[in-house]
Amino acid sequence: MGVIMILYYLICAYILGLLAWDFVREKKSVNDMILYLLVLIPLLLRILRIK
Amino acid sequence: MSREWTIKSALIAIAAVLMILGGAPLYKHRHYEVPVVAGPGVTSVIKLSEFVPSLKGSMADADVFVLEGKEPGGKVLVMANTHANEPAGLLTAVIMIENAVVEKGTLMVIPEFNASAGRNTRPGDGYPLYYDIPTEWGAKRFRMGNRDTSPLDQWPDPDVYIHYPDKQLLSFIDVRNTNRTWPGRPNGPLMEKVTFAAMEMMRKDRLNIAIDMHGAETMFPVTNCIVAPQKSAKIATLVSMTVKAMEGFDNHVEPSPPNFHGLSHREIGDFSDTLPFLLEAPIPFLDQPTGPKTVKLLLDGKDPFLLSLSKKKKLFVPYDENGWPIEKRVGQHCSVALEIIRQYSKKNPDTAIRISGIPRYADLVKNGVGRYFHDPAKAEKKSVYYE
Repeated sequence: MGVIMILYYLICAYILGLLAWDFVREKKSVNDMILYLLVLIPLLLRILRIK
Repeated sequence: MSREWTIKSALIAIAAVLMILGGAPLYKHRHYEVPVVAGPGVTSVIKLSEFVPSLKGSMADADVFVLEGKEPGGKVLVMANTHANEPAGLLTAVIMIENAVVEKGTLMVIPEFNASAGRNTRPGDGYPLYYDIPTEWGAKRFRMGNRDTSPLDQWPDPDVYIHYPDKQLLSFIDVRNTNRTWPGRPNGPLMEKVTFAAMEMMRKDRLNIAIDMHGAETMFPVTNCIVAPQKSAKIATLVSMTVKAMEGFDNHVEPSPPNFHGLSHREIGDFSDTLPFLLEAPIPFLDQPTGPKTVKLLLDGKDPFLLSLSKKKKLFVPYDENGWPIEKRVGQHCSVALEIIRQYSKKNPDTAIRISGIPRYADLVKNGVGRYFHDPAKAEKKSVYYE
């Protein structure tokens, strides 16, 4: 795995962390909670090296 | 538990279920192994990483089946799955590995040239994950791959792919397309390493012929043809005329454009002494205006929308109610490859190649593709390779 690819995985993990944190902090809007989770799925699939 | 966390837990559970339902088939597909029985002609199996060591252990490291004859002669390389969503090439390569016997010279076969693309999919386009070829001993299952390398193996893509060494600007996606990364370099992106390894093999082993097997849309002008640069054109023309006269199918010759870089039929000839040929068989499945992308369409090539377009003369190949079945496509690849070898051998008796055991067009149309696959369960364990 090249250095740039590793950096992209780190960026992916960072964005994943931000989304998870936003999901935890969201108190009222169920719509926003769903959106955070939907956006999070492809990032998680990439970090788990599934797709 | 508060109401907020009850909702969040339910949503997390739904997202997890969606992820498992969507992800598990993709994970299984990427790790599914296709057994290939090394036939009586296979004398050794080497890896592309022998020519570029950094490929070792990666999903891009491909097997090279070597079939060496008792009598010395010329050497021919046959590559399939350069584009892993064009399965006629792979099926032809497996038929060669399982059946060919080389009497003079050497045949080298790479069934999964872009091994990573063979483990990639295009679910957004509704591609099936697998297709089954019926045989006398049951169905033989193959993975349906993608045109490009999996981003799990080569990522990220650049905004524009600058081809090496010509600096031609190509589409960003072509950095993962092994028919745009020739001749490659040992320290470039992964797919450049793959093509460089093949180039090194051709240069070091002094290969005489390289045949790259593809499929192309019926609406694309470069289909049902042999693409050849100037140095291969004479042989390609003789092959085209011979298969038309002797076996009754069309396969015209397309000149390799000198200023379009990265393609096997261009760069192999320019960067080595090997004569390159790229074979295109029609594949209706890849055409845009078709019905659902089913396994049936992939294998029989029958589609009512293409039939309608054919009547309006919008296709570049003859097309009727019989579609364009896989037997015809694989048969064309087998016959054209054998004819290239025969015509080359006639012109170059010192480096002639003589091969038997590979069926021709008429045999495949009559018997089907599965007739030529051997049961891995009945084969010796050491002769079964997993691709």
